[in-house]
Amino acid sequence: MSTLVIADVQQGKLDGATAKLISAVQKISGEVHLLVVSFNENALTQAKGLSGLDKIIGVTHVGFEHPTAEIMAPLIVSVASEYSHIVANTSTQGKNLLPRVAALLDTQQVSDVIEIISDDTFKRSFYAGNVIAKVQVSSAKKILTIRATVFNPVAAGSCDDVKILDYEPGESKVSFVSAQISESTRPELTSASIVISGGRGLQNGENFVLLEKVADKLGAAIGASRAAVDAGFVSNDLQVGQTGKIVAPDLYIAVGISGAIQHLAGMKDSKVIVAINKDPDAPIFQVADYGLVADLFDVLPELESKL
Amino acid sequence: MKALVAIKRVLDYNVKARPNDQGDAVELANCKMSMNPFCEIAVEEAIRLKTKGAIDEVIVVSIGSAKCEEQIRSALALGADRGIHVQTDVDLSSLSVAKVLKQVAQNEGADIVLLGKQAIDSDNNQTGQMLAALMDCAQFTFASEVNIDGQNVEVTREVDTGSETLKGQVPVVITTDLRLNKPRFAKLPDIMKAKKKPLEKMTLSEFGVDESSTVSVLEVMAPAKRSAGVKVADVDELINKLKNEAKVIA
Ligand SMILES: Cc1cc2nc3c(=O)[nH]c(=O)nc-3n(C[C@H](O)[C@H](O)[C@H](O)COP(=O)(O)OP(=O)(O)OC[C@H]3O[C@@H](n4cnc5c(N)ncnc54)[C@H](O)[C@@H]3O)c2cc1C
Repeated sequence: MSTLVIADVQQGKLDGATAKLISAVQKISGEVHLLVVSFNENALTQAKGLSGLDKIIGVTHVGFEHPTAEIMAPLIVSVASEYSHIVANTSTQGKNLLPRVAALLDTQQVSDVIEIISDDTFKRSFYAGNVIAKVQVSSAKKILTIRATVFNPVAAGSCDDVKILDYEPGESKVSFVSAQISESTRPELTSASIVISGGRGLQNGENFVLLEKVADKLGAAIGASRAAVDAGFVSNDLQVGQTGKIVAPDLYIAVGISGAIQHLAGMKDSKVIVAINKDPDAPIFQVADYGLVADLFDVLPELESKL
Repeated sequence: MKALVAIKRVLDYNVKARPNDQGDAVELANCKMSMNPFCEIAVEEAIRLKTKGAIDEVIVVSIGSAKCEEQIRSALALGADRGIHVQTDVDLSSLSVAKVLKQVAQNEGADIVLLGKQAIDSDNNQTGQMLAALMDCAQFTFASEVNIDGQNVEVTREVDTGSETLKGQVPVVITTDLRLNKPRFAKLPDIMKAKKKPLEKMTLSEFGVDESSTVSVLEVMAPAKRSAGVKVADVDELINKLKNEAKVIA
């Protein structure tokens, strides 16, 4: 039996997390197949340049321009019998899709796997990352979302065994109305090697410019706390935390963020953490490698000029 | 139109979870328990939809121990019309919960089922999607805006790349994200009134749903602990440490 990895495809492009998922499942016995579903051939072409794959299954159809769970799940179910493991990323796409697949297969799902120990034993994080569980799955099929950010991507390579599946999506129960896509020239939050995040301490959206200037000097991605997103300083896709994005960069700089449990859940696996906060007792200092107790409105301009 | 809202009793979000002494479960003894914050948002949304006239009745359901009645009463105090308590002391899998909810939705003729996008204890983020699969209906996960016009449902969802708006027709399953609304607090007279609202008690055995799980927990442990590092005096020292000690910037 083999493992089926469902590729994250965003606007017709293969998301960087896919290479990390492929690397994560190498420990599982059997072949690794990648399912690439898109409305054009771009993602498929990108996938052929990855190592670690025994086969790529490509489905290209205009009907998948908006790959809703309602049309994706039956497709995955139609190929599921060949697989012992079906995995997707812990992204909004994977989280939306995989439980629907699992229920159709009458199989439980294990969410947010951070380590694969053997074919049936996994570690997962829950309770906002305050507890880790080692779980063993007895069902014939193992259905997992995997936290791609904690794995290194597979190297470039090539996979020539490509099977094109002629599949027509069924009628969807939902239809697409519009999308508001956040365009940014900065690195993507979940794959950036440096992330600088702002919290309520920034006071308003305009002040995020101070953070952006430092980010540009460092080539960093911008993140935010829930409080900053709720207050409308920045858009929701920048939220780091238990219920936002989980990041693990080489360097995470938290500015004007207190360090609530739910925020720490999204960043405490970063290699080096810097906290800039005027309150010496802010909980963020308990996880910070380097803490600077100071006013961020003094620190940010100084950082920008000295970097 | 009827809305069914599923709510879960969980460890309060302000309590930091830790493994028990045996290392086989999370320590819950003497810990404060509350309604899952995402479920509060789901209850609030249902009440707002009723106020707007989009739906006529709000039914809340919770599956769990006898103590879940507290959370059902809270939802009734906030404005839900009646409650259903499916009693069990087993910590059911999301799949089994979805199977029970499917039957409840069917029995009640629910047009809209609202759930939190995840429970902050299991962090599973599965139940709504599984329920939609079992009901063979549309799913709108991570909702930040819900508009209902007759049978038509339009939902804006928070996704990794920003947000997107989708539409469909009832029956639908909607799971709530943080920014959908800000839940109200119950007023004392409403808390008193809630004690008289109907609450139907059922047992899990009435549903014929499997209690067993194919996922067994072998061990529960604390994550690798990060120790607090050092405080630096100023920006110069910070840059120096990042360059020469941590070597994370050039
Ligand atoms: C169900 C649920 C899910 C949640 N999910 C998330 C999540 O995914 N991500 C998340 O981040 N939060 C999440 N939260 C919210 C979390 O509990 C906190 O409320 C939030 O993280 C606080 O954001 P903050 O640190 O920006 O704001 P605050 O806690 O208000 O902290 C602001 C900090 O800025 C500092 N400050 C102010 N002015 C200055 C200045 N001039 N210079 C320097 N420092 C200054 C203050 O000292 C303070 O420490 C969730 C909460 C719940 C209930």
